Amino acid sequence: MSAQHHAKPAPVGGPLFNGVTLIAGILIAIMAVILLVRFFYGLGSVTAMNDGYPWGIWIVVDVMIGSAFACGGFSVAMLVYIFNKGEYHPLVRPALLASLFGYTLAGIGVVFDLGRWWNVWNMYWPWSVNLNSVMFEVAICITLYIVVMWIEFSPVVMEKYGLYELKKKIGKYMFFIIALGTLLPMMHQSSLGTMWVVLGTQVHPLWQTPMVPLLFLLTAVIMGYAVVLFESCVASSAYRRSIEMNLLTPMAKVMLGIVAAYIVVRLADLLVRGAFGLAFEMTLESVMFWFEMACFVAPFFVIGTEAQRRNPARLFIGGILLMLGGSLLRLNGFLIGYETGGGYQYFPSLPELMVTVGMFATEVLGYIVITRRFPVLPREA
Amino acid sequence: MTTRRNFLKGALAATGAIVGSGGTAGVQARETRKVPPEALGLLYDATLCVGCKACVAACKEANGNPPEFNTVDQLWDTPLDTSGDTFNIIKMYRNGTMETKDAETNGYSFMKTSCMHCADPSCVSACPVSAMTKNPVNGIVEYNPDKCIGCRYCVLACPFGIPKYQFNDPLGRIGKCELCRHRHKDGHYSACAEVCPTGATLFGRTEDLLAEAKRRLALKPGSITTYPRGRLRPAQEKALQGKDTGEGNKARHGWRHEPDQSYEGVVGNYQQHVYGEQEYGGTQVVKLSGVPFEKVGMPKLPPYSSAATSETIQHTLYGGLLMPIAVLGALTWVAKRNVKPEEGEEE
Ligand code: SF4
Ligand code: SF4
Ligand code: SF4
Repeated sequence: MSAQHHAKPAPVGGPLFNGVTLIAGILIAIMAVILLVRFFYGLGSVTAMNDGYPWGIWIVVDVMIGSAFACGGFSVAMLVYIFNKGEYHPLVRPALLASLFGYTLAGIGVVFDLGRWWNVWNMYWPWSVNLNSVMFEVAICITLYIVVMWIEFSPVVMEKYGLYELKKKIGKYMFFIIALGTLLPMMHQSSLGTMWVVLGTQVHPLWQTPMVPLLFLLTAVIMGYAVVLFESCVASSAYRRSIEMNLLTPMAKVMLGIVAAYIVVRLADLLVRGAFGLAFEMTLESVMFWFEMACFVAPFFVIGTEAQRRNPARLFIGGILLMLGGSLLRLNGFLIGYETGGGYQYFPSLPELMVTVGMFATEVLGYIVITRRFPVLPREA
Repeated sequence: MTTRRNFLKGALAATGAIVGSGGTAGVQARETRKVPPEALGLLYDATLCVGCKACVAACKEANGNPPEFNTVDQLWDTPLDTSGDTFNIIKMYRNGTMETKDAETNGYSFMKTSCMHCADPSCVSACPVSAMTKNPVNGIVEYNPDKCIGCRYCVLACPFGIPKYQFNDPLGRIGKCELCRHRHKDGHYSACAEVCPTGATLFGRTEDLLAEAKRRLALKPGSITTYPRGRLRPAQEKALQGKDTGEGNKARHGWRHEPDQSYEGVVGNYQQHVYGEQEYGGTQVVKLSGVPFEKVGMPKLPPYSSAATSETIQHTLYGGLLMPIAVLGALTWVAKRNVKPEEGEEE
């Protein structure tokens, strides 16, 4: 197997305290203060959410988009273990780490947003659960997936502390954990889209479709690869390491194939439902729709050819475009294209934004600490 | 309707095929549920409403809700919309000179806003923890704050914008009309109907209320007819009236004894449409109006509930966990071949 020849992962090392971690720390402290206010004075005290827009960026950005960004682990693992592309193996650990953080934070982010968080145990209480609720399915899958990912990641921790016996034991069952870790995100990433089906006519027809689970699934996989491109470029420049172009170039091609499939499904759905005409009316929705579509089409011009895909800067831009496209799909359906009537307005407040920023800072800080201290990134030759 | 369903099936089959393992041959779209036979509800007739807002005040009192201030002097309860502390309001429609009541042009009208107690409610389908439930007998959509996690998915899902959340309370709850179910045990019914001076808000069995609404639509505008007030008594109950007092009466239908308060009035100029008979697959609260419903803030809705669409998708993909287990089996098989047991070990 080609995987055998890859460099073993090793801690990057270096100081934990630097400019980046200091700024991240400050942002996290600001978030903590805002959250304190939120828990003592209610959601209305720090957010701009209201009864017309009961979900704001804490759910749509931190949880919906955040978890889709965290699909790198799943997307790469699928490539390596399901489609048996062992050559991508070195990408698994860093991607998994980012996913682990992304999801764990998305899970914590949900609690910040829950108005009656002390009742959250009902989600797992057999006499309370509602099997008809899409949110219930999403919540269970995400919870399980977080556990599964920690197990998937546990060998890294065991390596660090020399628990080789335990690691071997877990390794025996790892194939099942990996299969589960592929199924669960498929389930909940598609269901995150199904969540807007029940909103019915309140969601603009450019987004309201029974096909939405498929749209969300495809874009989650796409965003997973896009994030890997993005992260690999950032990690390489931040840690002054060479970029794994030999892996990223072919992976970008796989990703573009899925993007093409997505565009076909998206347009076919609009045509079959007869909603495509709405894209040509001058509305905020139609403008946002084209913005969203452009983000999926543009990568073909940026990284469409093999030569272009060998250029790290282009891969980076292509990754960002697709991350943006997938984010816009989610933002458009849940916020921009959502209209409940009654003239409600929503734009996130500053403290609300600072919590989202703080969550991002937590992610960056965690990633730095772990890659510097634990064997995640491939050892530099 | 058929095309919609066929499309849904096609869409699901496609999704299923991608997710893996087929198995969608028997895709069965779930029909929108019907209201239960003993459903309770309200009939709101905008042509009878005089805009006195007695029902708004009564609703506040019955539910122990605090006043909301929107004027500078902060003297009166002046909610602008339903909220976590206001479950019922009367909204006003105005046009031009506002000369004629119930006229679309140069007229005005009122409209009651409170929970419609849908036959197949989105809020119930959405709620992950069964804090919103539909009573199987009387169909009242009930809220249980002891289960509610405050996710506000119900707020998002309701097509009428009814459940509201108390955003300014760290212990905030969802607020919504529960048809005054807490008053039923004392023989009281909806406070808004009890106090309505004109019978514009009428409490009763949905079936009877629908019949009453249709009776009104069949009358000639301007003619004189009898309007009940408070609670709509079914015909068979009227036949028995006077024979039973107090106890017997209470045992039979459970409601407090009240004198008949019906009165004679002029028939309004109705839109020939009972709002809530078809909308969203039917609602237990039904409405009549002189001004087109969309103009008075009642949304145009399809004759089926999105809860049915959503649950069809969910149960097609996850019913009995058949598909996930099949996919997991396939994935496990493939992964077992591709994952070496010493995964991540010295390479
Ligand atoms: S009107 Fe809204 S809150 Fe009331 S039952 Fe229907 S969906 Fe639920
Ligand atoms: S806010 Fe409460 S009642 Fe509404 S969906 Fe969430 S848990 Fe259910
Ligand atoms: S039934 Fe009760 S809770 Fe509902 S609107 Fe009338 S008074 Fe308010």
